[in-house]
Amino acid sequence: MHIVVCLKQVPDSAQIRVHPVTNTIMRQGVPTIINPYDLFALEEAMRLRDLIGGEVTVLTMGPPMAEDSLRKALTFGADRAVLLTDRFFAGSDTLATSFALASALTKIGQEFGVPSIVFTGKQTIDGDTAQVGPGIAKRLGLNQLTYVARIVELDRDANKIIVERRAEGGVQVLETRLPVLITMLEGVNEIRRGSLESAYRAASAKIVTWNAAAAGITDLTKCGLKGSPTIVKKVFAPTPRAEKAHQVPTDGLAPEALADAVIAEIFSRQPSVESDLVRFSAGQ
Amino acid sequence: MTDAPKAAPATNSRAGTKKELSEHFKTYKHVWVFIECEYGVIHPVSLELLGEARKLADKRGVSLAGVILGSDANLIAAAATVCFEHGADLVYTVTDPTLAHYRNEAFTKGMTDVVNTYKPEILLLGATTLGRDLAGSVATTLLTGLTADSTALAIDDEGSLAATRPTFGGSLLCTIMTLNYRPQMATVRPRVFGMPPREPGRRGEIIAHPLNLAEDDIVTKVLQFVADRDSNQSQLAYADIVVAGGLGLRSAENFELVKALASVLGAEYGGSRPLVQKGWITADRQIGQTGKTIRPKLYIAAGISGAIQHRVGVEGADTIVAINTDPNAQIFEFAHLGIVADAIKLLPALTEAFRKRLSVNRLAS
Ligand SMILES: Cc1cc2nc3c(=O)[nH]c(=O)nc-3n(C[C@H](O)[C@H](O)[C@H](O)COP(=O)(O)OP(=O)(O)OC[C@H]3O[C@@H](n4cnc5c(N)ncnc54)[C@H](O)[C@@H]3O)c2cc1C
Ligand SMILES: Nc1ncnc2c1ncn2[C@@H]1O[C@H](COP(=O)(O)O)[C@@H](O)[C@H]1O
Repeated sequence: MHIVVCLKQVPDSAQIRVHPVTNTIMRQGVPTIINPYDLFALEEAMRLRDLIGGEVTVLTMGPPMAEDSLRKALTFGADRAVLLTDRFFAGSDTLATSFALASALTKIGQEFGVPSIVFTGKQTIDGDTAQVGPGIAKRLGLNQLTYVARIVELDRDANKIIVERRAEGGVQVLETRLPVLITMLEGVNEIRRGSLESAYRAASAKIVTWNAAAAGITDLTKCGLKGSPTIVKKVFAPTPRAEKAHQVPTDGLAPEALADAVIAEIFSRQPSVESDLVRFSAGQ
Repeated sequence: MTDAPKAAPATNSRAGTKKELSEHFKTYKHVWVFIECEYGVIHPVSLELLGEARKLADKRGVSLAGVILGSDANLIAAAATVCFEHGADLVYTVTDPTLAHYRNEAFTKGMTDVVNTYKPEILLLGATTLGRDLAGSVATTLLTGLTADSTALAIDDEGSLAATRPTFGGSLLCTIMTLNYRPQMATVRPRVFGMPPREPGRRGEIIAHPLNLAEDDIVTKVLQFVADRDSNQSQLAYADIVVAGGLGLRSAENFELVKALASVLGAEYGGSRPLVQKGWITADRQIGQTGKTIRPKLYIAAGISGAIQHRVGVEGADTIVAINTDPNAQIFEFAHLGIVADAIKLLPALTEAFRKRLSVNRLAS
């Protein structure tokens, strides 16, 4: 079975800073990582492959340096990596991104076998939209399973898959037909360390690299800024709040006395909390 | 690939500078909110959105409509009434047996059909698992722009929707617009906006629309639904009081102090992201950008530094109380009450003091 995992290289946003004067993002020297959510998808894909055989291809769209993330995925144990890179993709929003990735997935199908499952992460930590997965599914006409917590059953003869999906207020058990697009929930597995063998293989592996034309994209108006109906009007740092916390004086107070002082402050600021609490404790 | 018909965008300019809306899109009018209504219960985020959308509609001088998809005509009628009382002028309904449970195929078809028929200029959905699942499919089918997880909505001088959202993990905010396509779509997380007041007796018009989809045409089947009601899933997003801990508590054992205080207060407990990574709390109790947004009356944060990703999830709280040993901790920048103290000592004292006060009150009442 052929499985493709879409993963994105993202800046380690814990280290993103905004220039205090120019208000621009300072990316220099910010390390990049594989979007953490995508690792759950990758591990799930490799787990399925190990169970029933087949291949896992990882796919990313990004600048040439996104190759690092693909190589990393190969060290974890992916079988093949495809990098989709072209300046025409710059400035893509979710609609344009899903167009480019869907085109590459079609091409991957022609070259390496049609995937039965396409995985994405739940969301990215930079774009953070959770919309690219559903976008790809719609464009390729794949059955869409989002927020999947567990793959319960995969019946290749019947072309059938059963999953548990995290829904609002509960868990849905869904059955559908392959091929599917699955967006994987976080925290459902742990990425393996990867064997020494895959590390060696990854170091010298050839990354399949396609530009728009090579990926079979002829309509460039659907790519990048041109293909993006949304535009970013402005980017800015959150305004600091004018007033800082009122500090409850602590000097030399024992915890008990301090606790009383804190409670008095809370109740004087929020009298309704006190009445709510009284009602709550009376009801106990 | 689904290439729904749409007007060709102006070709000689970049998306960022295109301004003119094509004639075809100028007929798109009114503000819509998708009403998430599963098993007869309206998700509160839908009503919160009606409140905010009312302001957008008034600013545009257009009507506000809700869209309800479901299988039970009585429940839908009741939900429509609730929508009117929360500000909707109109409610579009799609009633069909295939809509009994949420399924992407059926809901995407229902939603896109209604949009293509009645043409709204703005379409808002809650950024719930359902709303995000649906929004991506609908936007891609309609080939229009979608701003996910917005935290502020406004109408700009030219009458377009300006949706602001955090980006780069909350370190920055950006304002996003869809100038040349309609509808302008956005999702908003629960609790970002407050609940609008209910106006009992307020009425509106119901417009029913057919689905035209047979069960046999839908590939995906719901085998089972296991409600969280019976499990110990957290109700963080809607709690009036939340007590949370961070790495400053230093161990899972010390985190019990947070739970103890929460239990005396009848509160929900939660924590910062590192605690999920360490396994002290489950992922559904993470508060912040990549966890839950909360909007309690009282939020007590113990041993949390107040990183931006945490801050964006708690800023809507009425009163934020921060306990931190570091007088320069970032959390004091946005907390209302600050206590420079060791949380491991103060938490048990607070628990005890609250317990005493409340039992005294109980005797008195
Ligand atoms: C993409 C991305 C998304 C993220 N999403 C989230 C999110 O949703 N939610 C979230 O919370 N974080 C999130 N983070 C992580 C965030 O950046 C911070 O790393 C995290 O919030 C810090 O957790 P903390 O405050 O518990 O720990 P620390 O930053 O280590 O702070 C511990 C604090 O405890 C104080 N302290 C130490 N001892 C004591 C004591 N005895 N008593 C009282 N105080 C004490 C210290 O002074 C310090 O301020 C995200 C990060 C990224 C990159
Ligand atoms: N540029 C990209 N290349 C490959 N996969 C991507 C890209 N952008 C998004 N994805 C996938 O889509 C998922 C959702 O992304 P997002 O909509 O940005 O939150 C991610 O977890 C990835 O699996």
